[in-house]
Amino acid sequence: MVIDMDTMKATLTPARETAPRNAPIHPLWLRITHWLNAVAALVMMFSGWRIYDASPVFHNIVIPPSITLGGWLGGALQWHFAAMWLLVFNGIVYLALNIASGRFVAKFFPVSPRAVLRDFIAALSGKLAHADLRQYNAVQKLAYLVVIVDLAVLVLSGLAIWKSVQFPLLRELMGGYDNARIVHFCAMAVMAAFVVVHVAMVALVPRSLLTMLRGR
Amino acid sequence: MKTDDKSIMKLDRAAILADARRELDMPSRRLFGKRLLTLGGLSLLTGCSITDDKSVNAFLTAVSRLNDRAQAFLFDPHQLAPTYTEAQLTRPFPFNAFYGIDDVPEVNGSDYRLKVSGLVTGQRVWTLPELYALPHAEQITRHICVEGWSAIGRWGGTPFAEFLRRIGADTSAKYVGFRCADDYYESIDMPTALHPQTLLTFEYDGQRLPAKYGYPMKLRMPTKLGYKNPKHIVEIFVTNTYPGGYWVDQGYNWFGGS
Repeated sequence: MVIDMDTMKATLTPARETAPRNAPIHPLWLRITHWLNAVAALVMMFSGWRIYDASPVFHNIVIPPSITLGGWLGGALQWHFAAMWLLVFNGIVYLALNIASGRFVAKFFPVSPRAVLRDFIAALSGKLAHADLRQYNAVQKLAYLVVIVDLAVLVLSGLAIWKSVQFPLLRELMGGYDNARIVHFCAMAVMAAFVVVHVAMVALVPRSLLTMLRGR
Repeated sequence: MKTDDKSIMKLDRAAILADARRELDMPSRRLFGKRLLTLGGLSLLTGCSITDDKSVNAFLTAVSRLNDRAQAFLFDPHQLAPTYTEAQLTRPFPFNAFYGIDDVPEVNGSDYRLKVSGLVTGQRVWTLPELYALPHAEQITRHICVEGWSAIGRWGGTPFAEFLRRIGADTSAKYVGFRCADDYYESIDMPTALHPQTLLTFEYDGQRLPAKYGYPMKLRMPTKLGYKNPKHIVEIFVTNTYPGGYWVDQGYNWFGGS
């Protein structure tokens, strides 16, 4: 078991100590799980908007049907409950490989409020360097950690809505069935905000898109 | 160790710089990136046409059948839905059907007969006084609609599991089906039919079930979404042949569990 883990680390770790000169910035498993997650999360969001519209949680917030997925409530539900399997299983694979390879700790930690503030100011004043895409700046670290936690909250609140009778503990944790819908919507809003900023950042540093496609 | 680190860092920087220069020399790359983003956005906006595709529909239907099995696996026959107090009742309880409130069927109670058929030993018809004489149970539970809203209501009637035993139903059969006076039809799995909170209801909030809530009877299951709870029932049958349902045949998930 220990040996298995070590060989896994050796093959998966993109860390500088072990990575050969031509090692990819993003290992293949990361690129695959990233794009599968992108597809799953976006399908969940666009179909979720159509489901939301059937009975809006906030009466003054209605999503224009033209930007939703599924055509009608039944279709949107089919998309939503199909993409959930991809989102959950891909998410589990991503987290498992990320943690087992040591990449999770190496890439995201340490992250301090001071560093986040410093890099945030640097980003706003256009002084944030993007020379080394191997290393995330503190704002990136925080944003990626937030969206990982946010996706977990989305899955758990979604589970509380879908199976509110079968998972009483989860239901109570979310503050009851109706409240779970509010949690689910707010977590979606956080994800949507992340997607907008993330895509804007990629547009500003197009090379980051290439590294996520071909690894370097 | 430290010097190793440094030299690799240097190499990395050099490689990245070389990469960056090459990238800058190739404006087509930047253009490609921009176009890829636009393409992604466009393909998402055409979501509706994706849904119309036959193979996509077949795939989504297959996943929905898989989700039926997943929900049957998750369903715990001993797990009770939460119950509430009278003070928590939603007033007025919302009316919901596939037609407007003006089109609610008017069932005449005096000549009403409930037909029981299929895999049962007691194939017969029941009159309302006979049904009202059955053992009585009450529940205040949350009705969850597939649209997302929920409402707490108070229902009274007879435990469905006991009724199934009384009519000699084959409880090893797969489905219990329902036909309704408003041409609605629905079917449920046997484990849910036998759940202790599954109630054949004749009353709402202590009164005779009004027409808008399903007179003369509605099957109330707090473990399933609203559309799985048939109203104005005129026939109950036990079968191993998948009977489908009004909304289910249009794409709603069959199990529809909560």
